[in-house]
Amino acid sequence: MSIILDHVNYIYSKGTNDEVKALDDVSFEIKDGDFVGLIGHTGSGKSTLVQHLDGLLKATSGHIYYNGEDIYDRDFDMRALRGKVGLVFQYPEHQLFEEDVFKDVCYGPRNMGLSEKEASLAAYSALKAVKLPDECFYVSPFELSGGQKRRAAIAGVLAMKPEVLVLDEPTAGLDPEGREEILDLMKELHDTRGITVILVSHSMEDVADYAHHIIVMEKGKVFMSGTPREIYSHIEELESIGLAAPKVTYIMHELKRRGFDVDTSITGVKEAVDSIIGAVWNA
Amino acid sequence: MLREMTIGQYYQAESRLHRLDPRVKLVGTLIFIISLFISQKVSCYVAATVFLICMIRLSRVPFLHMIKGMKAIAFIMLITVFFNLVFTPGEELVSFWVFKITSQGVRNAIFTAVRLTYLILGSSLMTLTTTPNDLTDGLEKGLGFMKVFKLPVHEIAMMMSIALRFIPILLEETDKIMKAQQARGADFESGGMIRRVRAMVPLLVPLFVSAFRRANDLALAMEARCYHGGEGRTKMKPLKYKPWDFRAYVILFCYIALVVLFGIISPL
Amino acid sequence: MAIVETHGLSFDYIRRDEEGNVSSINRALDDVELSVKKGEFIAILGGNGSGKSTLAKQINAILYPTEGYVLVDGKKTSEEENILDIRQKAGMIFQNPDNQIIGSIVEEDVGFGPENMGVATDDIWQRVEESLKILGMWEYRKHSPMRLSGGQKQRVAIAGVVAMHPECIIMDEPTAMLDPAGRKEVIRAARALNDVEKITIILITHYMEEVVYADRLFVMQDGRIKMTGTPREIFSRVEELEELRLDVPQATRLAYELKKRGLSLLPDGILTEKELVTELCRSYSIM
Repeated sequence: MSIILDHVNYIYSKGTNDEVKALDDVSFEIKDGDFVGLIGHTGSGKSTLVQHLDGLLKATSGHIYYNGEDIYDRDFDMRALRGKVGLVFQYPEHQLFEEDVFKDVCYGPRNMGLSEKEASLAAYSALKAVKLPDECFYVSPFELSGGQKRRAAIAGVLAMKPEVLVLDEPTAGLDPEGREEILDLMKELHDTRGITVILVSHSMEDVADYAHHIIVMEKGKVFMSGTPREIYSHIEELESIGLAAPKVTYIMHELKRRGFDVDTSITGVKEAVDSIIGAVWNA
Repeated sequence: MLREMTIGQYYQAESRLHRLDPRVKLVGTLIFIISLFISQKVSCYVAATVFLICMIRLSRVPFLHMIKGMKAIAFIMLITVFFNLVFTPGEELVSFWVFKITSQGVRNAIFTAVRLTYLILGSSLMTLTTTPNDLTDGLEKGLGFMKVFKLPVHEIAMMMSIALRFIPILLEETDKIMKAQQARGADFESGGMIRRVRAMVPLLVPLFVSAFRRANDLALAMEARCYHGGEGRTKMKPLKYKPWDFRAYVILFCYIALVVLFGIISPL
Repeated sequence: MAIVETHGLSFDYIRRDEEGNVSSINRALDDVELSVKKGEFIAILGGNGSGKSTLAKQINAILYPTEGYVLVDGKKTSEEENILDIRQKAGMIFQNPDNQIIGSIVEEDVGFGPENMGVATDDIWQRVEESLKILGMWEYRKHSPMRLSGGQKQRVAIAGVVAMHPECIIMDEPTAMLDPAGRKEVIRAARALNDVEKITIILITHYMEEVVYADRLFVMQDGRIKMTGTPREIFSRVEELEELRLDVPQATRLAYELKKRGLSLLPDGILTEKELVTELCRSYSIM
């Protein structure tokens, strides 16, 4: 089970003066149960890419395989795909529309053709999964706080019981506490339910702590792909495309340069502490 | 799809038409529209065609860019042409099922199509070459005399310019919300009329909410920048007629006179 | 001299039901005492709902105190006749750049404020040129804001305020919707305005990395100011910040953890990566 992109190209406004090559020969595989960070700055093609994953945009050329099936085959069930690949857009709370939170979360499952009862069950378990307090279920979504709205919106996608959850900048505009809550929630969904998570972000620090695999996009191309450690050991290349590694990684590089025997591929504070302490005691 | 709507979107270029006083362009557009309705004679349309081509060349807006903007209204155009074609009484040319196509119908359909196309090309030429702010200023000054009748000219003009500025933003937003709801299994394309209308609710509610939020934010931002209506306001680009503007008025006058003349004396 | 001063400032959001009866009262600001000197760069930190945005709107006379008062350049915000003066002296930048740009061309937007103030036409042009140059957006003056990046849009918005010749600019989470590159641009611009143009800056944010250059920090929670001090003082109180459920810059966090693990020679309140590396080399270098 996996998602495979095979030489995918996408061109905006094809055949006109403002033709833009948004995706340029993108190929990679996302394995079942993976936690992937998709990184790149604004305009690198990452948002375009995720819209391909559930068929909202159709590649100009190339193929996408979901569990071995070509999603562009004529008899492929696109609606079922949208149930399996849950896509959470940036600022998802802007898409809430029903009179109460519960109804809004039911919208997805109902569209999937579930009965009233099944949809309610799915909605209930999704709302529980995002840890929204019970008293929020039957109030208007517009009454919730910023962080709650976002969780309600994520529940709306989760209720469709996706196998893959794709989130475009899920922490944008949230404060540190809210950011951590959402990211921890993703980790929990991944760890306990085995959902494949694809996290789109331009914040290296967010992704470094959570993702097992990182794909860096630049100008519509896959620029780099690997584990966080592999990626962040190439600081110069990242900087050349205007991205930065986590601050800690910089500190480790600088210390190494100044003669400390530390591990430069470190991305988190905890590991950094151990490495620096080790280097100091050994000296 | 939505981002291709270019009607009314300012096109940045350096041209005589861009530099023209917006009042001239407003009057010019009005005159052009009138000229299209004065008469149904071929000679009048030839004059209009020549005039329009000259103006488009003068504006330095690529013709393809203008045509692209027309796509959005192609549907309305087709309907109008169709109705003209089949519902005009007269000498029958062909008939099928309940429809009859008459020679008058063909003539009407062609004229309507041309008229509609010119109407849109002509007015979009104005918005393509005039920034919304200029347009607003032009309207405000041009309609300044209406203040006597207690009409809030400045406020209306300001509202118009803001609306124009927010069209592309709201279109982009619509596209985004549509995709987000499609990702939740929404189907905007199939089903009967009622189903389709109901399917729009998940799109329209968030769109309105967002529009209100933006309006509220914008009002705050305007107030924070000392906006307090038209009173005591100065202009960054005050409208002053330049020699070219008067010449443009003369050209416009000649054009309309010519069309009227053709309308009276030309046999076709 | 203080440019912004608040005394016993409290503010209630009052919600009414359809009949106009009060259905709930929500205290957004509670007895806030604040004094900002001319030329200072201060930052207000706090999580969502801590009242920091409400405070910003008070200073710009968009909201008025329920109790206490706010003085901008010695003038009370609650008095009608001071409003325009106050809004000119204390300009404001909002979170979403799309919703605060009024003009459809960069230069027209920058001219909007001076137009409202009744500045003479020639002066407006001069101000527009000046402020666009200060913000490094002069070459974009003929562009449509739609085609600019988030950071550039926000710089245009700032130029629009600078053209009003304010004494003080309040920035209400100006970077919340930007990517890292845009965030850097905006913060750099804010620092330059403070350093070069001597404009007082009040920066409201929840990104810790953005406040290390501020002269003073105010940490807010539940409508109250919980901590005040220089960034170094504030960030040396890691545990307290954690209790307020706020983050500290990564370098500060790393230094704090190292100290806890026995590297006691490190000073308190390290702010930047460079500082940490320098201190580590100074105290523990093997060479």
